[in-house]
Amino acid sequence: MRNQGRVSAPGHLSGPVDGSADSSATATAVAEPENNLLPPGSLSELAATHGLKKTAIRPPLRSYASELWQRRYFIGGFATARNIAMYTEARLGQVWQVLTPLLNATVYYLIFGLLLNTSRGVPDYISFLVTGIFVFNFTQRAFITSSQVIRDTLPLIRALYFPRACLPLGYVLIELQQLILSFAVLFVIVLIRGEPVTPYWLLIIPALVLQSVFNVGAGLILARWGASFDDVSQLLPFIVRTWMYVSGVLFSLQALTLTVTGRLHDHPTIAYLLQINPAAVYITLVRYALLTDYRRAMPGAKPYNQHMCQLYRVFPGQHVYDSAYCHPTLPSMPTLWMYGAGWAVVAAIIGFLFFWRAEARYGRG
Amino acid sequence: MVVVDDLHVVYRVYGSNADKGTAATALLRMIRRQRRPSIREVHAIRGMSFVAYRGDAVGVIGRNGSGKSTLLRAIAGLLPAEQGAVYTDGHAALLGVNAALLEDLTGERNVVLGCLAMGMAPQEVKDAKPNIVDFSGVGDFINLPMKAYSTGMGSRLRFAIASAKSHDILLVDEALATGDAEFQRKSHRRIDELREKAGTVFLVAHNLNEIAETCNRVIWLEKGRIVKAGDDVPGILDDYLVASGSEPRFREAAAVD
Repeated sequence: MRNQGRVSAPGHLSGPVDGSADSSATATAVAEPENNLLPPGSLSELAATHGLKKTAIRPPLRSYASELWQRRYFIGGFATARNIAMYTEARLGQVWQVLTPLLNATVYYLIFGLLLNTSRGVPDYISFLVTGIFVFNFTQRAFITSSQVIRDTLPLIRALYFPRACLPLGYVLIELQQLILSFAVLFVIVLIRGEPVTPYWLLIIPALVLQSVFNVGAGLILARWGASFDDVSQLLPFIVRTWMYVSGVLFSLQALTLTVTGRLHDHPTIAYLLQINPAAVYITLVRYALLTDYRRAMPGAKPYNQHMCQLYRVFPGQHVYDSAYCHPTLPSMPTLWMYGAGWAVVAAIIGFLFFWRAEARYGRG
Repeated sequence: MVVVDDLHVVYRVYGSNADKGTAATALLRMIRRQRRPSIREVHAIRGMSFVAYRGDAVGVIGRNGSGKSTLLRAIAGLLPAEQGAVYTDGHAALLGVNAALLEDLTGERNVVLGCLAMGMAPQEVKDAKPNIVDFSGVGDFINLPMKAYSTGMGSRLRFAIASAKSHDILLVDEALATGDAEFQRKSHRRIDELREKAGTVFLVAHNLNEIAETCNRVIWLEKGRIVKAGDDVPGILDDYLVASGSEPRFREAAAVD
């Protein structure tokens, strides 16, 4: 009796299901199904006594994290394999890994350095620009690829069980590998520009580590969004491009704040907020570590001198180094490191939890 | 072990008909906060209950659209239950008809990544790799991207990868149908081994011989419901043959054996 009711009548199902979709079935409804695979008693109790769990339920957070750790080789292997496959169709192959950032930098130099002259008030604009672009590109690529990762790997997700967070992690790792290559290019460029090798260069490593952690966290968030809405990967390039323009990649936010004709001159709050946004923070940290002139001309690098500062503010072209005599526009470097660490930790925690909460839903539909 | 308790699955299909699909209508819809009009609901599984134990190989038969693949995907946890539930004692591996795992990577890399994804350690993967490649029988193709594979080669390699590790539940959806006779023999042996390791295997196949040879239980579906289910495999297969207008042959064959 019990089985009969269960097996044959979906009529008590809520929602619009009952209507049109059902009518065809009732006509052909089979008399009495012969189901010999049904033991007597309540099935849910049977499942409970055998310690079975419902499918499509996400694992508890701790075991999820440990499973993820267990798959670390998979994450590494996935990143390397994808990195190699990415350029197999191109005739120049792996050369593109170096060529892409170089061409990028060239295009921006032609437009912003030469045509629009945004180099005003920045010493050694080329190094400044290339550093900014390479650092920002890391975050940009990590965001855009992470938003597509679930769709890209659907056959794998549907076939095998593994913690899905492996996938965005792998994608960020790919971009990290690319970043290391573009930094090799960057070192060559700044050395050609006459930059001395200093111990400050070591600070690049922690800065990029923090940026990677931030990218992983944000990438996890975007991976979940991108999995449920394709619109995300359509919209994201525009958002990221806007983000690039306001993060001081192509021009100096400090110059915009200090110089009398600068757009941010009368908006110190906006200027401050722009300078503590994650992209700007990581870019500034790397520039500070890599570029001597940047360090030297940093506002606040020398004791405040109203006259010298005024010279910079009115004639930034001629007195490019005198910005050092102005009051700092940035929070101090230690504070900036704190911001960098803060963004990384917050993004990683929120991203991990956010991604984990939808774990059972990836690959559905 | 798998317990399916009064399972209902409803698909929501987007963009079927009725929607003109222009940007203007989409925008208007968003302003009015309406749902997409083109959503159609398909009630693919309409109340299904059964229990499969460890060591069972369960064949699932039925016509196209009877809900076989849907059932497997629900057991794998890839489709949410509208009502009822599926209980399992572990994770399921689902082998479907799409041929590759990561199609722009070589077969060899797919082997390595698949094994790592299943949680094997790098050394285990190294040890298992020759066996997997050998079992799949793809030969020199192992160094080509999987998108260059024929459907049969792709699904053979997938099966070889997924069956390299013992799973609690292995779901095989027509993945063996594209293999040749020799591969089918090999895969039957592999499924038997998995059963002995106390896993549960589900097999969807239109080739009834495959079911008769491999399975100890069978479920016959029609329009999202169970018609017959039980351990009398030849009997149910024959009833299914009669229902679809063919001559029964499995009972006799079983009697001869």
